[in-house]
Amino acid sequence: MLTPDMLKLDDVTKTYRVGALGGKAVTAVDRVSFDVRAGEVVSLIGESGSGKSTIGRMVLGLTPVTSGSITVAGAPVRPGRAYYRSVQGVFQDPFSCYNPVFKADRVFRLIKETYHPGVPEDEWAERVRAAVRDVRLNPGEVLGKYPHQLSGGQLQRLLIARALLLDLKLLVADEITSMLDASTRVDVLNLLADLKTRGLAVLYVTHDLALGTYLAERTVVLWRGTVVERGPTEQVFGDPLHPYTRRLLAAVPRLHAPWEDAPEVRSCPYHDVGGTGGLAEATPGHFVACARLSDCRGDVP
Amino acid sequence: MSLTVTDLRVSYQTLRGEVRALDGVSFTVADGEILGLAGESGCGKTTLGKSLIRLDGRMRHAGGTVELDGRELPIGDDRAMNAFRFREVSLVPQYSMSALNPTRRIGRMVAELLRSRGETLDRAKLETRLGQVGLPREVLDRYPIELSGGMKQRVVMVVSTLLDPSLLIADEITSALDVSTQQAVARALAGFRDAGHVRSMVFITHDLALTARIADTIMVMYAGMLAEKAPAKTMVEQPRHPYTRMLVDALPEVGARHAGRRLTGIAGSPPALLDPPPGCRFRERCPLADDGCAERPPVTEVAPGHHVACWKV
Ligand SMILES: Nc1ncnc2c1ncn2[C@@H]1O[C@H](COP(=O)(O)OP(=O)(O)OP(=O)(O)O)[C@@H](O)[C@H]1O
Ligand code: SF4
Ligand SMILES: [Mg+2]
Repeated sequence: MLTPDMLKLDDVTKTYRVGALGGKAVTAVDRVSFDVRAGEVVSLIGESGSGKSTIGRMVLGLTPVTSGSITVAGAPVRPGRAYYRSVQGVFQDPFSCYNPVFKADRVFRLIKETYHPGVPEDEWAERVRAAVRDVRLNPGEVLGKYPHQLSGGQLQRLLIARALLLDLKLLVADEITSMLDASTRVDVLNLLADLKTRGLAVLYVTHDLALGTYLAERTVVLWRGTVVERGPTEQVFGDPLHPYTRRLLAAVPRLHAPWEDAPEVRSCPYHDVGGTGGLAEATPGHFVACARLSDCRGDVP
Repeated sequence: MSLTVTDLRVSYQTLRGEVRALDGVSFTVADGEILGLAGESGCGKTTLGKSLIRLDGRMRHAGGTVELDGRELPIGDDRAMNAFRFREVSLVPQYSMSALNPTRRIGRMVAELLRSRGETLDRAKLETRLGQVGLPREVLDRYPIELSGGMKQRVVMVVSTLLDPSLLIADEITSALDVSTQQAVARALAGFRDAGHVRSMVFITHDLALTARIADTIMVMYAGMLAEKAPAKTMVEQPRHPYTRMLVDALPEVGARHAGRRLTGIAGSPPALLDPPPGCRFRERCPLADDGCAERPPVTEVAPGHHVACWKV
């Protein structure tokens, strides 16, 4: 079946100005391209500071791109009510997303007023409770509370519930399960998997490889703002080519086995590969790059 | 004995009543020990961490004692606790990385922080410590945005242990890091303990696999109470509490695919802590529950150092 690109990033770059008078430029995202189809989960893996949250913010129109283009369902990002009805983000640090003086039920009320004014009250109340239960929270416990009265994981799940109440087409999920324990995480992931079969496109930003592989058809590995490897999840993790990806796999904490020592990477074997945009196609759909084409001396992190 | 917590009770005051976030928790942490504190979101991990250093305005010390190196911590008395904070007990809070002021250079921020605690900055010591976690001294001249998440987290760790506290509480400090940085940070923490910069540590995380790698002992909480506490290896290999057993089973391994096998979580959610039901708090979700569980199960030591709160062990 031909599924249209829901989200497409083409050579996207983002630079920030920092320091007194913005005298210094920091490149947070450097010529990144990939796409997410309807009904597909793509996981974007990288550490905090690698640019993955910046990508999420650009997709949501919270910050402009410096160059390159982002399209959603073929149209450029256009922040506004119509856009946010179908494109939503859930972020890592739940405390920064909530207005501290709003109770949780007020947040849901705003969603109704903005997006679903025609829905009858009792039906809406039931929808809210169902969404809250879907994320494994107890409506009676959380709805009457202010953000500071909830734990990190409770807030994180309320944000997911909030996103579920819209007519979502694309969800940017940035570390949405980072504060949840294993069992709750599994519930949230299964919930995303169900939504995916209903056609939702998900950009699943995470540092947790096990969770990424569980859900995602394709994986993009980001390192210091650039894509170092991307392709079908089985290939990226089954046959990792880039030294950084290999390092990540070695560092996954396992319940029953000691930590593997990260493989020593003496020289980056890819620093002279050609290919467009610094990415070479190793096998169909599986792309790999030198960590830093211009200054790679083999000393990957 | 470094830390001894006895029957600690802490609640939050809300308009609807008291939320009993910690409801009688007892445990000890020995000199040189790293205690991993795990459990479902909302079970009280952050509350426990905060209780050992600063109760915020809405928290109330409802009972129990905390003793550090033989001295009782005046946890209910905010002013009296000042003498201990940072010097005896230090906390790296959840989300501390994102709390770094983006407009200040790291070095200046550290100096200001120390000044606010009435201490002056020992630059040489700071640089040595940064070196020990693999950070060049140049980070002090950088802005937070120029550092990766792992670097920021290491800066925060170094700063909070600069005065060599006896106890360090680290609350979810690795949850936003990629796995390789997580490994580096976790090892750096253990290194601090080995070097004696801190004597013992409470490492809070929801990630059992990670705790298993760095903690000596793991304590699992459930709805404001202790469920199980055991040496790390025992906890992951022979958990005894039904909740811990289900938690261990819910962990996906790398490579597990949703299409292959659908993992299952634990159905249901923890009870509200506003007016918690009597008896075992896991009862509603426990496959082994019976009428006897309507009474609160005592914490029993089933093997040396292995404590379980369940009638069925
Ligand atoms: N200020 C507050 N007022 C009322 N209840 C609160 C307050 N802060 C926390 N709680 C409640 O206390 C319980 C314990 O919260 P705590 O933050 O300690 O959980 P946690 O184990 O750290 O969770 P997480 O893993 O999600 O960070 C939760 O049920 C939470 O809703
Ligand atoms: S005491 Fe009863 S309900 Fe509680 S964990 Fe044990 S068997 Fe289950
Ligand atoms: Mg917490």
